[in-house]
Amino acid sequence: MENKRTPVIQLKGITKRFGTKVLANDNITMDILDGEVLALLGENGSGKTTLLNMLSGIYYPDSGEIYVKGRRVSIKSPHDAFLLGIGMIHQHFKLVNVFTATENIVLGLKEKGGLDLKAAANRIREICDEYGFDVNPNQKVYDMTVSQKQTLEIVKALYRGADILILDEPTAVLTPQETEKLFSVIRNMQAAGKTIIIITHKLQEVLAISDRVAILRKGEYIATVKTSEATVSSLTEMMVGKSVGLNIERPEVKERSLRLKVSGLSCRNADNIEVLKDVSFEAYSGEILGVAGISGCGQKEMLEAIAGLQKLEPGAEITYTHPSGETETLIGKSPKQIRKMGVSLSFVPEDRLGMGLVGGMGMVDNMLLKDYNRGPSPLTDKKPSKELAERIHDELGVVTPSLSTPVRMLSGGNVQKVLVGRELASAPTVLMTAYAVRGLDINTSYVIYDLLNEQKQKGVAVIFVGEELDVLLALSDRILVLCGGRISGILDARTATKEQVGYLMTNIPEAEEGGNADDSQK
Amino acid sequence: MTVRNNGRDPFVHLTKRAPVSALAGLLIRAGAFVFAVLLCAIVVWIMIGVDPITFLKTMFTGSFGIQKLENAKNFTSFWRIFTSSYFWTTFKTGCKLLLLAVALAPAFKMKFWNIGAEGQFLAGAISATYIMFNYPGLNPVVLLILMLTVSLIAGAIWGIVPALFKAKWGTNETLFTLMMNYIAIKIVDFFFNKWRGTKSALGIINIDSEAGWLRSLWKGSESAWFRNEDLIFMVTVLIIAVLMYYYLRLTKHGYEIAVVGDSQNTARYAGISVRKVIIRTMALSGALCGLCGFLCVSSQGHTVNSNLAGGYGFTAIIVAWLSRFNTFTMVGVSLLIVALENGSALMSNTYSDLGFSVAFGKIIVGVMLLFVIGCEFFINYKVVFRARKTQKEAVEA
Repeated sequence: MENKRTPVIQLKGITKRFGTKVLANDNITMDILDGEVLALLGENGSGKTTLLNMLSGIYYPDSGEIYVKGRRVSIKSPHDAFLLGIGMIHQHFKLVNVFTATENIVLGLKEKGGLDLKAAANRIREICDEYGFDVNPNQKVYDMTVSQKQTLEIVKALYRGADILILDEPTAVLTPQETEKLFSVIRNMQAAGKTIIIITHKLQEVLAISDRVAILRKGEYIATVKTSEATVSSLTEMMVGKSVGLNIERPEVKERSLRLKVSGLSCRNADNIEVLKDVSFEAYSGEILGVAGISGCGQKEMLEAIAGLQKLEPGAEITYTHPSGETETLIGKSPKQIRKMGVSLSFVPEDRLGMGLVGGMGMVDNMLLKDYNRGPSPLTDKKPSKELAERIHDELGVVTPSLSTPVRMLSGGNVQKVLVGRELASAPTVLMTAYAVRGLDINTSYVIYDLLNEQKQKGVAVIFVGEELDVLLALSDRILVLCGGRISGILDARTATKEQVGYLMTNIPEAEEGGNADDSQK
Repeated sequence: MTVRNNGRDPFVHLTKRAPVSALAGLLIRAGAFVFAVLLCAIVVWIMIGVDPITFLKTMFTGSFGIQKLENAKNFTSFWRIFTSSYFWTTFKTGCKLLLLAVALAPAFKMKFWNIGAEGQFLAGAISATYIMFNYPGLNPVVLLILMLTVSLIAGAIWGIVPALFKAKWGTNETLFTLMMNYIAIKIVDFFFNKWRGTKSALGIINIDSEAGWLRSLWKGSESAWFRNEDLIFMVTVLIIAVLMYYYLRLTKHGYEIAVVGDSQNTARYAGISVRKVIIRTMALSGALCGLCGFLCVSSQGHTVNSNLAGGYGFTAIIVAWLSRFNTFTMVGVSLLIVALENGSALMSNTYSDLGFSVAFGKIIVGVMLLFVIGCEFFINYKVVFRARKTQKEAVEA
């Protein structure tokens, strides 16, 4: 049945770069058929959202052609996309909180005549009846649940006459019941002749809802397959690719001892969505514990919880074991208190300039960040910081006009060197890094891997949150996989395969759902 | 359903410029100032008929002239003439502005937009006056220490209240500090009316006993030059400006303020209690404004009214920004602003019959400030006009 359909959108040779380094979309050519549900599948940074943002007028392609309904078009703004009947529902909703559903829908519409909210509300009710939506036109947005806001965004697109709907990770914020409801309206919309494109990571959902699946990997278009002919493992393989041999060392450390025991970690974000669910694991000295997962699956919260920066739900335990054997709990302690307890915890956060460093300060002042408070004097002592800054500058080869140049002005790789250098200098017993090599070139990445291995051999418990599966498999001793805020498995990195990890990133094995998944090789 | 594509860049757009050298920056700013002065001179020439040379001479006399003021005719000694000259007035008033700007520096460095200096100043001034008005019989030293203490506390409270609300409930500090100004103004009005009773004005307080006046400390003894109330005021302000410079640069508190101002997440990561730093810094900022209120009451007017700050609580914001929160630069900027005001005041005194009104003087000051502030924009940004060829491309598309 699908092969009878004609393409409603054709992409030809679409390329998009960000800066000189990042190639987000590389010469992508693909078709989207009229009236189908197409799933766009890919890992983080594979270019899914970028590609669809070019259809919705957020970005403009560097090169390539877009045809809508057979006609060459140029989509320069969301308004252009709207005129072509393309509506995108973003991950972060674009609604005015203090307005009602109706007011949000008519906002920005240039209709002739006066503003008739009653007529608009009636049309909204018609749309809801037609597709089975549940929207109260007079409800204020601040009174709505996440799912209701999403529904409102979809109704908004339909009200404006969209017949091609793009949904960016629509299920990420929904409960299973809400997801089921969303899928039923997607089926209704499809029955009414709409074309729907869904960006997603979740393989089960891809199989449940889509007609065809298009796979992107690292900005390249891999293939489009019929969902009826696809399986979880075939899709996983296309998504993560074949294993690439990397020349990363994995030194063996004989002596390992328990350093950190975490159990029952749960927390909610600012929108009151549970982002970590009952996470339990152990970290040992002399090993690198890799953490894999699609981004936003709780990695950030997990590390911040250990560092004393997250408010946790009751029932969590974080126990630190000193090398001497004494144990202490880290729950409810601030970073300063943790430091005072003699726990040397180093943390390289994902947001380097927004959390790890002070962008407006130079290297010397940034070295001071964690121990500016040393000594009884009310004055800061910059001498050790200056020496440390000079040492890091020389040893890691930081390129900067001067030690007092604000680190904001440095390139990403140099910023990371400054941060990693400072964190390693404090002789940590636990070292946590989030995306330590993101945005770095190959050589700098290897410098970082070597530094991590060096720490591991010194007996540090290293927790390495990464995004490249090849690197995680080559560098880690064990790999903890997070999926939607839960641990979907802890694997021995020496024997695990890329497919296994890729599968766990997108699925929680039934048997382990809700339970403690810490079944390491120990 | 047609999609138009005119493919044109905007007519002008701005790009950030590479930082200019310190000397070039200084020259650009000085050039902008000279240009503004000349422009004003020409406008005055055309509209009032005062030639540029006279204009510049009068402006200079009014701001930095050693000539004695009208009411100082009877003074004979050089020191008495000097301390009542235009020059002296400019420095004295400049120091008042400077202290308020210095008080704002730590809050602004923390990116806490305290626009409540006026209210914090008045809170300090009214509480000092309250003590001075009600307990004139106290030992002069005890009285002044008491006045100082209550004014510091009152100013600090005026600063802490918005900080507490911000730290606890995330309220907007700009609105909050602004509103606190009006509360302070009304409190001052209340006491002003209560104390003046049936008189038309409050007048100078304790004019006979000089209780609560700074010079009551040496009443009866020889009035040596270093016992000048104004001089003590100026020296105190300059010392505070220097201390603030080093407080922000060298101390642990100063470091915390800088980190919180740059990124609160980084501050939390470093184990800094953001709430504590915000409250402590606002207490300091408010207390210094309160101190300024105390100094003005005890050493300058020896009275209070709701216009005592004279809008300098707001002008101080301009000073703090223009100086990029550097308290040494603030010295120059405060003097410049007060000098312009005093210069144009003399112009309007001298040439009011030709039509140089007070309002015209304010316009002159406004134009000069606009140029000085405006040149900052051109130091940081480059204006790029649309190139012609893109229009050709647009036709093709």
